[in-house]
Amino acid sequence: MTVLPSSTEKKLGLVIDLDTCVGCQACATSCKEWNTGGYSAPLSDADPYGSDPDGVWLNRIHGYEVVSDATSRTVHFPRSCMHCEEPACVTVCPTGASYKRAEDGIVLVNPDTCIGCKLCSWACPYGAREYDPHHGVMKKCTLCVDRIYNQTLDEEDRVPACVRACPTGARHFGDLGDPTSEVSKLVAERDGYGLMPETGYKPVNQYLPPRPRRDASTVPVSAALSSADDNDQDIADRFFRWADKMLSR
Amino acid sequence: MAQAEPKVDVNAPVGDEVKTTTCYMCACRCGIKVYLKDGTVRYIEGNRDHPVNKGVLCGKGSAGIMQHYSPARLTAPLKRVGSRGSNEFEEISWDEALGLAAEWLADVRKRDPQRFALFTGRDQSQALTGWFAQQFGTPNFAAHGGFCSVNMAAAGLYTFGGSFWEFGEPDWEHTRYFMMFGVAEDHGSNPIKMALGRLKGKGVKFVAVNPVRSGYGAIADEWIGIKPGTDGMFIAALIRELLINEKIDLQSLVSFTNAPWLVIQDEGARDHGLIARTEDGKPLCFDRASARVVEATQTDISPALTGEVTLSDGRKAVPAFELIAHRFLSGAYAPEEAEKITGVAASTIRRIAGELANAAFNSNVELDIPWTDWAGRRHEKMIGRPVSFHAMRGISAHSNGFQTCRMLHLLQILLGTIDAPGGFRYKAPFPRPAPPPLKPAGRAGTVKPETPLQGALLGFPTSPQDLLVDSDGQPLRIDKAYSWDAPIAAHGLMHMVLTNAANADPYGLDVLFMYMANMSWNSSMNIPAVLRYLTETDTETGDYKIPKIIYSDAYYSEMVPYADLILPDTTYLERWDCISMLDRPISDPDAPADAIRQPVIEPDRNVRAFQTVLLDLGARLKLPGFVNETGEPRYPGGYADYIVNHERAPGIGPLAGYRGQDGTLYGIGEANPNQLQLYIENGCFYAHELEPAQRYFKHVNKDYLDWAVSVGFIDAAQPITFQLYLEPLQRFRLAAEGHGAIQPPDSHRERIKRFFDPIAFWYPPFEGAHLDEEAFPMHAVTQRPMAMYHSWGSQNAWLRQIHGFNRLYISRKRAQELDVSDDGWVWIVSAIGRVKAQVRLMEGVNEDTVWTWNAIGKRSGTWGLSKDAPEAKKGFLLNHLISELLPEKEGGYRFANSDPITGQAAWYDLRVRIEKAGDVEIDETWPQFEPIGIGTDRKPPKFLAFGESFKNDGKT
Amino acid sequence: MHPAYSVIIFTTLSGMGYGLLFWLAAAGLSGSIAMDGVFGSIAFGAALLMITLGLLSSTLHLGRPERAWRAFSQWRTSWLSREGVAAVVTYIPAMLLAVGWGVFEDVSGIYAVAAGLTMLGAGVTVWCTGMIYACLTTVKAWHHPLVAPIYCILALLTGAVVLNGLITFWFNVEKNIIWLGLAVICVAWLMKAVYWEQIDSAPHTHTAGDATGLARFGQVRVLEEPHTQANFVMREMGYQIARKHAEKLRLLATIGLFVIPALCLLALLVATPGFAVVLGFISVFSASLGVLVERWLFFAEAQHIVMLYYGAQSN
Repeated sequence: MTVLPSSTEKKLGLVIDLDTCVGCQACATSCKEWNTGGYSAPLSDADPYGSDPDGVWLNRIHGYEVVSDATSRTVHFPRSCMHCEEPACVTVCPTGASYKRAEDGIVLVNPDTCIGCKLCSWACPYGAREYDPHHGVMKKCTLCVDRIYNQTLDEEDRVPACVRACPTGARHFGDLGDPTSEVSKLVAERDGYGLMPETGYKPVNQYLPPRPRRDASTVPVSAALSSADDNDQDIADRFFRWADKMLSR
Repeated sequence: MAQAEPKVDVNAPVGDEVKTTTCYMCACRCGIKVYLKDGTVRYIEGNRDHPVNKGVLCGKGSAGIMQHYSPARLTAPLKRVGSRGSNEFEEISWDEALGLAAEWLADVRKRDPQRFALFTGRDQSQALTGWFAQQFGTPNFAAHGGFCSVNMAAAGLYTFGGSFWEFGEPDWEHTRYFMMFGVAEDHGSNPIKMALGRLKGKGVKFVAVNPVRSGYGAIADEWIGIKPGTDGMFIAALIRELLINEKIDLQSLVSFTNAPWLVIQDEGARDHGLIARTEDGKPLCFDRASARVVEATQTDISPALTGEVTLSDGRKAVPAFELIAHRFLSGAYAPEEAEKITGVAASTIRRIAGELANAAFNSNVELDIPWTDWAGRRHEKMIGRPVSFHAMRGISAHSNGFQTCRMLHLLQILLGTIDAPGGFRYKAPFPRPAPPPLKPAGRAGTVKPETPLQGALLGFPTSPQDLLVDSDGQPLRIDKAYSWDAPIAAHGLMHMVLTNAANADPYGLDVLFMYMANMSWNSSMNIPAVLRYLTETDTETGDYKIPKIIYSDAYYSEMVPYADLILPDTTYLERWDCISMLDRPISDPDAPADAIRQPVIEPDRNVRAFQTVLLDLGARLKLPGFVNETGEPRYPGGYADYIVNHERAPGIGPLAGYRGQDGTLYGIGEANPNQLQLYIENGCFYAHELEPAQRYFKHVNKDYLDWAVSVGFIDAAQPITFQLYLEPLQRFRLAAEGHGAIQPPDSHRERIKRFFDPIAFWYPPFEGAHLDEEAFPMHAVTQRPMAMYHSWGSQNAWLRQIHGFNRLYISRKRAQELDVSDDGWVWIVSAIGRVKAQVRLMEGVNEDTVWTWNAIGKRSGTWGLSKDAPEAKKGFLLNHLISELLPEKEGGYRFANSDPITGQAAWYDLRVRIEKAGDVEIDETWPQFEPIGIGTDRKPPKFLAFGESFKNDGKT
Repeated sequence: MHPAYSVIIFTTLSGMGYGLLFWLAAAGLSGSIAMDGVFGSIAFGAALLMITLGLLSSTLHLGRPERAWRAFSQWRTSWLSREGVAAVVTYIPAMLLAVGWGVFEDVSGIYAVAAGLTMLGAGVTVWCTGMIYACLTTVKAWHHPLVAPIYCILALLTGAVVLNGLITFWFNVEKNIIWLGLAVICVAWLMKAVYWEQIDSAPHTHTAGDATGLARFGQVRVLEEPHTQANFVMREMGYQIARKHAEKLRLLATIGLFVIPALCLLALLVATPGFAVVLGFISVFSASLGVLVERWLFFAEAQHIVMLYYGAQSN
């Protein structure tokens, strides 16, 4: 079922705030933990206690430094499936195991019909698909489809595990197809962006850019207190006079 | 013609059972909900109702499943049969293990109890362990604070009766400016992360002062890449700028601090520099209204902060504030001077001082909450000083850490932020008097066979009389805590125990009992030497120099092979625990709170919780309190029994909530047999919400102080006066100058005179001062990765994928000078050794600093990993480069590489030089140690497919 | 891209098989080769064997080969599915044609229709194979208009070389087919040379800054990879070959695929029958090796855009 739905009722996705992500990996491990026992179970780990451990993770956190002439900054950058509107990972799938849901736009792999040809991973510009050699099928972010509608969970918990865990509140979940949704408003307010729009995949997930710094490169020096170049005794005398005066009031 | 989408079961229940408990993936103690499916842990998530984490969970907490199912778990008690380090053990029964331990301990207790030492690592049951040692009768007890953050704790407690993390935190809700020193990832990590996210959303400026821009620093509005160990200089310069520009809260200094107290100025006299007091010890100040010297604690006076006065005995005295102001107004602390030391531009220092002042005094944060001060005066509003700080090990793990932490507290107090809205907020049971009125037990003559010690073993000396030294001034404790080496060692010096015991300095041990502390690896300095101490034998007796080592831990760490008797502990999901108001509770500033752990899953191995084992041992030894009148165990139900029924003082037990027969009392009340059940029903914690009028200015808030007395947190509803001028230090200094009956040995006099300054000051860290700085021009520090806690994470199949090995991070500029590129190999050379490591170049690091992630490097074969695990082959520790002792002074004495006041391990003083490695034949770090442990003979599985069993459909 | 041997062997064998099939059908229709039943049986047998082995080899690449049948379902969007369908469908006319030629020594009537369909099926199948790669916008070196045509021309080339090789056993030489082979070699060489030149000179328009959207703040450098060990994406998509190795291998591919077969074919024009067999064998061997190297390079030289997240500075 690799023909994409002509439109989806919703465009569920994530909004990730690069201004507040500290790279703590909570979203990565909570994702691993949820999904290794959920819809895609298991997310296998090869050589788990050996020399070359390599597991399936649906969410990975990069650390970058962004350097310009004058300044540099460190940016932690979580990366997972963008649940694209035009996901070529779906259309290249020969079996129909990959599909985009018409109701909410989530891109899923049916683990029962995937043949593990890996072509979808080649088609993804975001590296969101990870092959599970133990299970023989492709795994990817499900947007926690088995959480977000799950009637056995409290309503406030019906969000993806990564959003539920994120300590800094850097991850938001909602309908990016609805301009009135909280996530859409956030994207509008903060100039959110999708990754590599020129590839034409129309990623649904959006990133909020880091806010401008407020340091020596941006704050005028006039904000500093005045300096004193008198000798120590004059400085002390003046200070004590002030203290006396203040306490006498 | 679209095919139907497959049906997805979106309603699969998460598990068949859910239980709350408290996380232990680091020290933060977040509340968790553990989902179980068919008896297996399915999912762990943060508990939304919990005061610490309010539902979120960090990267470690979410990987708890892999810790619980770690292949490194110990499975049965072990007795060493081969030589130490040979890893030859035989499994024995618990009866045999406990019998053996009891036999060893009973023997020592009969002969000389001080030859038994109990030291615990990241333990959260110090109220019990300390009590065990006290009842045993040995002074040799402490937890890991001495190599963690005792400088921060002690400096705070001595200065204002509180500190950071468990003692207090920024008023995240109201603060308008937040400055963080260092990184404190495992100390309040989720609360800090939650708060940073909110602060950034509100546009509150966040400044990170840290040689490295990682984690929190990455999202700071301003990163100040300071040189390690120079934070005190930076703070001093800020203080100077605030004073010069008259941006301090004078009124709060007069009201809340000892700034007006008169300090005797009589050079050479035995009381020079002490506070002038009345006959009955009340401090004096000069009242400007009456122009007389009066008792400073009165309420209707106008104390002066400046001006010399003549005391009734004719001697001169000045307000402490004047001395303090002179110190910080000195040109030595001018921003230009600070720039030379810290690497922070003078203009930046001035600007930051301006921003601090602006936020503190121009933000107009006021809460419309009337409150009453200790003297009964009603205040209509709570006036805010919305500037806040946080710091932990970054500034405290230096040999100048105590005074640096003091300076940070001084800065807070000058700005008037302590427990003011938007500033620092105390967490119950703090504030306590500065310092808490508790002296260490174990003074000369009190350690006797089969005799408990009177009083707690860890306390807060305020004069030489309180030290634990013999008549020659020599240490009485094995770690030399509370001796002239480290007079204010509030947390002991666990990092010196192996060295001192092996060298019989001050004496040897017969039995050393340790819990959850990897002392043969990442928790010790100079590991090659430590391994020698553990395995060296006495040439006469042929016995090991430390003859018997008992070790309790849940996992196969590097320490296990060096113990003689292993008592295997449970995982954190299999145990009762008590995060107690008597120890290190989880209070929120608005709500004192404590918590428990409950077993959510039964152990499938022959293991027992350490605390239960300790109670059993105490009963076997018939220690007072551990047995009842008939000699039967007092707590036959183990730790859970103790948690409910133990009383430290009448009505005061480990847990403050649900006391009294019906569970309605808080703080004080008789034991409640249903207490644990009520905690469980409440999510395994209890939080008592304070009234709004009790929530700020707790140090002088009558409603709060009265309540705190009523629940047993403090003894009297007296105001807590901030000790800007730390008189106790002057008492030690006077002794060093030759006054009084108890004086330091000559070898220590200069050191005490210099560093025990009652007014905080900055001095260069010892290692840098001792070495040729040109030969060792670089600082080397570690940082705690957010997804790893000490050495624990490497056994975790998920976390070890994130940090499987570590690199040395170096500034691009320095790397280019060395002609080293990314992933190239270098030698890190210190005064005592060299380590080979792979580098990563970066911008966000102080140019004179290299750093790496802490405790990633592992010894081959440990932690259930294969011998060729990257942790062993490409991971490395800086510990090998750090000496536990400073170079010899004249007279041959070697001080610990520690803060001279508290004895805190000076991990971050390390100085190194970096050399490019020549042709690298193998991509391996150096040194490589002999493989050891269970990993060597266990074949690791090819795949781990955790969760496969949860698939309920059975489809292929 | 990681050069997976199962895929390389698959495309090499099946390309050769379909190329041979194509030429056989064409030869049958045009009467360029004498209708010999034994020759037909062996030639078609060889073609179908190569195709079948290729297809089987491709299933080795699958994580769940037992589910391979599912791959025939998504022909509406997936070139891989189309290829599977085309490959299977092509068996029908090809086997019919094989029976006509091999058993009845007849390629007229229904067999002629089968021959036409075989040519079509072979062409479509190889085109689909090429399009599996060419449709991926994520790999610039693959998303190139010459990729699918080169798959086809190399199938024709290797098919022609094999056909000439077979002919040397039976009929010594068929000059027309030799000239045809030479012509195909020349065209293929030209196409491959143009392709290499173009992917070498294609501008690298994407940077790590574009991939992360952080270019506005400066140059993006990796500080910490998500994990310290390589992961699936890095192993699968992050294969890199040093420039100088690639150049050597290109030379090897050129010699093996174009130069030696061309020389062999030229020599065939004048060779004695015995020597012709040797030349035929050499040309087949050389072309096979050449196409294997070409295919290996096709993967190894291709850079996937995802590697921008893992330290590649541009793509």
